[in-house]
Amino acid sequence: MMNGNPYLPFASEILDVIRHTGKEYTFRMAFDGEVRPGQFFEVSIPKFGEAPISVSGIGDGIVDLTIRKVGRVTNEVFERYKGQSLLLRGPYGNGFDIGLYRDGEVVVVAGGTGVSPVRGVIQALSEMPDARDKHVVVGFRSPDDMLFREDLKAWAEKLQLTLTVDGAPEGYAGNIGLVTKYIEGLPLKDPASARAIVVGPPPMMKFTIIELQKKGFQDCNITVSHERKMCCGLGKCGHCRVNDTYICLDGPVFNYEFARDFVD
Amino acid sequence: MGYVMDRAGFAEVIAALLKDYRIFAPVRKKGAGRFTDVDAVIYDEIRDAGEIELELKSDYAPKEFLTPLSETLLYFTEDEVKESDFDERPVLLFGRSCDLHSLRRLDQIYLNNGPARDPFYERRRKAVRCVLIGCGHSYDNCFCVSMGSNRCDDGYVFSVDLIDDRIHSNVLDGSFIKFFSEVPGAEEKDVLPRFVTENDVKVEIPEEVPREIVRSGLWDEYTSRCINCGRCNFVCPTCTCYTMQDVFYSDNGRAGERRRVGASCMVDGYTDVAGGGQYRRKNGERMRFKVLHKISDFKKRFGYQMCVGCGRCDDICPEYISFSNIINKVNAASREVQA
Ligand SMILES: Cc1cc2nc3c(=O)[nH]c(=O)nc-3n(C[C@H](O)[C@H](O)[C@H](O)COP(=O)(O)OP(=O)(O)OC[C@H]3O[C@@H](n4cnc5c(N)ncnc54)[C@H](O)[C@@H]3O)c2cc1C
Ligand code: SF4
Ligand code: SF4
Ligand code: FES
Repeated sequence: MMNGNPYLPFASEILDVIRHTGKEYTFRMAFDGEVRPGQFFEVSIPKFGEAPISVSGIGDGIVDLTIRKVGRVTNEVFERYKGQSLLLRGPYGNGFDIGLYRDGEVVVVAGGTGVSPVRGVIQALSEMPDARDKHVVVGFRSPDDMLFREDLKAWAEKLQLTLTVDGAPEGYAGNIGLVTKYIEGLPLKDPASARAIVVGPPPMMKFTIIELQKKGFQDCNITVSHERKMCCGLGKCGHCRVNDTYICLDGPVFNYEFARDFVD
Repeated sequence: MGYVMDRAGFAEVIAALLKDYRIFAPVRKKGAGRFTDVDAVIYDEIRDAGEIELELKSDYAPKEFLTPLSETLLYFTEDEVKESDFDERPVLLFGRSCDLHSLRRLDQIYLNNGPARDPFYERRRKAVRCVLIGCGHSYDNCFCVSMGSNRCDDGYVFSVDLIDDRIHSNVLDGSFIKFFSEVPGAEEKDVLPRFVTENDVKVEIPEEVPREIVRSGLWDEYTSRCINCGRCNFVCPTCTCYTMQDVFYSDNGRAGERRRVGASCMVDGYTDVAGGGQYRRKNGERMRFKVLHKISDFKKRFGYQMCVGCGRCDDICPEYISFSNIINKVNAASREVQA
C-alpha cells in the first residue's frame, strides 16, 4: 500500500437522499474533514468512473452532494440508497472565502446545478446581521427543475431572493425569464462597491457579468466558479488547464479580474 | 572515469547490468514509422546490447516507461479497492540529452504541481537511473540548441557514444565503474559525451506572447491542415495529460480496474463536459492551446520552457505541420504587434 495515495478513494456512507427533481438528488454523505463551499469531491463508482461534484452543503460530520443524473457515473450513483456508500476522494479546489461577503452589499447569481456550490455561501449570507443587503438571483429551467425548495423558502424570508424560471406552463405565478433580466432592477445602494458571485453554465456566466458591469460592478468585485473536464483534481491529468491556470488547483473559484483573461 | 571498448565489450557491460537492472532503450521496429514502409524507433525493454538503437533518433520518448500509454492504477473486486503492483527492480533508461531534460518537465507535473505527488509516477521515477546517448550530429527537425537542452552535464550514470564502431562511455556514477573496468580490452580514457552546438532548425521564442497573438488568425490555417490525430502529443517527451478510464471485466462483471490512458489536447473529447459542452472545437484553437503551453503557459507557471526541441512532433505529423515553424511565426507576429 502506498503512503497517502491521493487516488485511493475512501468509503462514505449515504446518510440520506433528498429528491429535488426526477434527475437531481442530494446525497447526504458522512464526512468529518475540513471542507468549504465551492470545493468539490471526486465521486467514484468502481468500474464506471469518477465525476467531480461540488459540495452543496456542510454540516457536523456531513457533506451534501447534489447530483444531476447525466451519464455513466451519475446514473450509477442514482442506483445507490441510504445506508449504502459511495467512494469519494477530496475535497479539492479552493472554495469560497465567506469572509469576503460579510460586509456590504452582495449579489449572488446562480443557475441550475450552479446553485450547489454557492448554497453554503447563500446559507451563510442569510444568517448575517445585514442579510437585507444580500441579494440572491436564482434561475432554473422550469418550475419542475427547481432545486433546494425548502432552502428557497427560508432564504426568501431572510434575504432578498429573486427566483425565476426560463419557461413555465400557462398559469405559473412566479418570475419567468433568464437571471440576466433581473440584474438591472436590483435595488442596490452602491454597485461600485458591491460584491457579486456568479455560478452557472458558461453562457449564463458571460451574460450575467455583462449585466453586472452595466449596473456598475467592478470586475475585481466579481467572483466566478468554473467547470471544466477533470480527471484527477490533483493538477496532473491536464484536462482542466486554461492558460497557466489549473482550475482544479487554483480554482474552481476565481476573481473575475483574473478569470476574464481565460482563453480556452 | 571514461572507457572505450568494442561492441563485444559493451555487450558484456549490458549483460552484467541486466542482472541487476531492467533496461529500457530505443529499439528499431519494422514498419511502425510515420508510414507503414518506414521503421520506427520505439522504447522497449531490452535483453541484449544489440537491440539498443544508438544511431537513430527515437520516434517515441522515454516517457513510454515513466508514463505508459495505458497504466492500471487500481483493481476493483466486489468490495475491495487495491493498488496495482509494480516491479520494483531498478531501471536503466536510455535517452538523449533532450530526453533527459524532458524528465524535469514530467517531474514538474507529476511530482510538483499541486499539493500531492503522484505515487504511480513516483514509484517508476524512483526506480530510474538515466543513461545518456550522446549526439554526434543533429537530426531532422531538432532545435535543442535553441531550447538549451542540447547538453547534459549530470543526471546520468554513464554515457554511450558509438564512434567508429567503438563505444565511448563517461561513467559519472562511481558505483557503475565496476561494470566497465573489468571488461577485457576496455581502455581507460577521458571521455565526454558528444553534444551538438548547432541545429539547422532554430527557433526564437518571444519573452511574452502578446494577447493579440492568442486571438489572432494565425491559428486558422491549422483548422484545415491538422487532422487532430494527436500523434504530436503521443511522441512528445513533455506531454503528460491522461484520461481516467474504468472498465469491468467481461467474464466477471463484478471485478474491474481503473486505468489512466495517455490523452491528447488535439483529439476530440479532451474537453467534453456533460450535456455536450466542449471547448476548442476547432483544430486551430487546439493548436494554439498546445503551442502556447509549450512555449509560454508552462513557463509562466514554472519558470522554464516546456518544449525541449526534440522535433519529434514534426517527425511524426502526417500532415507535415512543423512546430518549429509555428514558433517562428508566433515570434514574427509578436514582434509585429510589439513594434
Ligand atoms: C468542479 C466541478 C463541479 C461539479 N459539480 C457538480 C455538481 O455539484 N453536481 C452535478 O450534478 N454535476 C457537477 N459537475 C459536473 C459533473 O462532474 C458531470 O456531470 C459528471 O462528471 C458527468 O459524469 P457521467 O459519467 O455521469 O456522465 P458522462 O457524460 O457519461 O461523462 C463522461 C465523462 O466525461 C467527463 N465529464 C462529463 N461532464 C463533465 C463535467 N461537467 N465536468 C467534468 N468532467 C465531465 C467525466 O470525466 C466522465 O467520466 C461538476 C463538474 C466540475 C468540473
Ligand atoms: S499537428 Fe499533426 S500530428 Fe499533431 S494532431 Fe495535427 S495532424 Fe496530428
Ligand atoms: S513540442 Fe515537439 S519539439 Fe517540443 S518537446 Fe514536444 S515533441 Fe519535442
Ligand atoms: S483535474 Fe486533472 S489537472 Fe485539473
